Amino acid sequence: MIELRKVNKVYEDGTHVLKDIDLLFESGKINVLIGPSGCGKTTTMRLLNRLTEHTGGEIFIDEKNIADFNPIELRRHMGYVIQSIGLFPHMTIYDNVATVPRLLKWDKSKIDKRVNELLELVNLNPEQYKKRYPSELSGGQQQRIGVARALAAEPATILMDEPFSALDPISRDQLQNELVRLQEDIQKTIIFVTHDMDEALKIADQIILMKDGRVVQKGTPREILTNPANDFVREFIGEERLKTAEPLPSLSNFIDPTIQAIHLSESKESVIKKLMEQQCFTYPLVDETNQFLGQLSLQKIMNESSVHLEDFVDPSVQALTTDQDIEDVLEYLEKHKHHSLPVVDNENMFVGMIDMKELFRSVRSVYGKRGGN
Amino acid sequence: MEFIRNYFEFWRDRYPSILEYAVQHLIMSALSLVIGILVTIPLAILLTRLKRNFLKSLVFNIANVFQTVPTIAMLALMIPILGIGMKPAVTAMFLYSLLPLLRNTYAGIQSIDSGIVDAAKGMGYNSFQSLIKVELPLAMPYIMSGIRVTSVYIISWVTMAAVIGAGGLGGLIISGIGFNDKNLIFTGTLLAIVLAVATDLLFARFEKSRNRTRRKTI
Repeated sequence: MIELRKVNKVYEDGTHVLKDIDLLFESGKINVLIGPSGCGKTTTMRLLNRLTEHTGGEIFIDEKNIADFNPIELRRHMGYVIQSIGLFPHMTIYDNVATVPRLLKWDKSKIDKRVNELLELVNLNPEQYKKRYPSELSGGQQQRIGVARALAAEPATILMDEPFSALDPISRDQLQNELVRLQEDIQKTIIFVTHDMDEALKIADQIILMKDGRVVQKGTPREILTNPANDFVREFIGEERLKTAEPLPSLSNFIDPTIQAIHLSESKESVIKKLMEQQCFTYPLVDETNQFLGQLSLQKIMNESSVHLEDFVDPSVQALTTDQDIEDVLEYLEKHKHHSLPVVDNENMFVGMIDMKELFRSVRSVYGKRGGN
Repeated sequence: MEFIRNYFEFWRDRYPSILEYAVQHLIMSALSLVIGILVTIPLAILLTRLKRNFLKSLVFNIANVFQTVPTIAMLALMIPILGIGMKPAVTAMFLYSLLPLLRNTYAGIQSIDSGIVDAAKGMGYNSFQSLIKVELPLAMPYIMSGIRVTSVYIISWVTMAAVIGAGGLGGLIISGIGFNDKNLIFTGTLLAIVLAVATDLLFARFEKSRNRTRRKTI
């Protein structure tokens, strides 16, 4: 975990490029610093491996102040990827990837093994590429090597400074996907600088939007999209992308209140009659104070000899609550193949059944607004 | 035919002394080149590390001034300081070599993409490691071409060194003028040209072989 507390950077000529930056980069997450050029995003990243020194505030890596580290040692334990030109053109792919392990004086056999491992990790055949020079590789392949080189000495943190911005759109897309996939295995703390909002939305766990040396907003891509802090953020994200984030209406809009729950006091026969009339397999059961007790199951009613309605409740059916996130509800419905579910409020009072017809109509219209047709 | 036979006889009679002059010539050239390289490359590296532009332009201007002094004047100026012979001649040649060597080395290091140097630093190379492993190898083509050009200049200029009694192939030419001996003048000139061309070819070959082992590096 990396923490910045009230970090400031003032250059000798008096330019104040970073103003009271407070940030937290959690371990194992992709943190994307984004903003217009000159906003301080690259400077913020470069503070972490002390390529640039901060002039105020404190930076901690796992609770240790980075001012106490030797900068050279610090850098050797932190991966660093920059635009594709960062590979050493006079060294083979092998030598490029082996750079940091060599600086750390690893054994030759250990380095050999690690280089092979890394090239396979980034989908390049070691035998085929090891002895080549960077200029013999395509831009996308070069940047894969850049990533492999940064991972070489197994650093816990990787700094990436617009690593994919010089690539063609297809390679860029591919590398973004690979990074996300790779991150699932390697679980590094990644600090990623970009000016490309699509890229940020695609890969980030946390987006930090900066402007004029300040953090304007930070949060998950979803938080930023659905709840932009101000006009600047809205403008930076762009109308098109905001539209795609058009949220679904909340669950309370899809409740059909006309369905009356069955009362605990009703008789078994009347329940069966009701189920037959409505052609339902299940029905909500409430007590006299309208507390939801569970979902009655027709199958249980038929097979069990009890006369108490509570005994016919199907324990596998959970009620939804009105404040649940609609996206979660959709996922749940899809996974459990329910046709309808009871909804309760925070006090477990029965509110109604989910109105599937209305739900689907709404999903369709939001899909249209998100740019579909 | 008569002329050619005479010329062969001239070589047969004189070749020990001709060779001696040629060897002197080579020694003086090589000596001034090596001293030049030893001084200018560290100096150029130092200049790339300096932040003060004032010092940089001062050094380049001084080197430039040496370059503009006419050869004969430079050699004459050496006499009151270092007397006559090889020492003043090598010193003069060394001063001439400063500018081309300095300029090429400096330009070579400056030409390296700042991203590469940044990457080296960011991965934890210290300043010296970055210089040895990254900057000098990448600047090498520039440095080599500076050395190559300078070596050819020096071989040509050393011919003048005979004026202050330093010997070399210029010695053949000056005796030729004294004795009105066309063979001596021709031989001195020819050998100076051959040495210069051979040196140039040698360096060209060396550069090519380096490029082959590294293939297309940039």
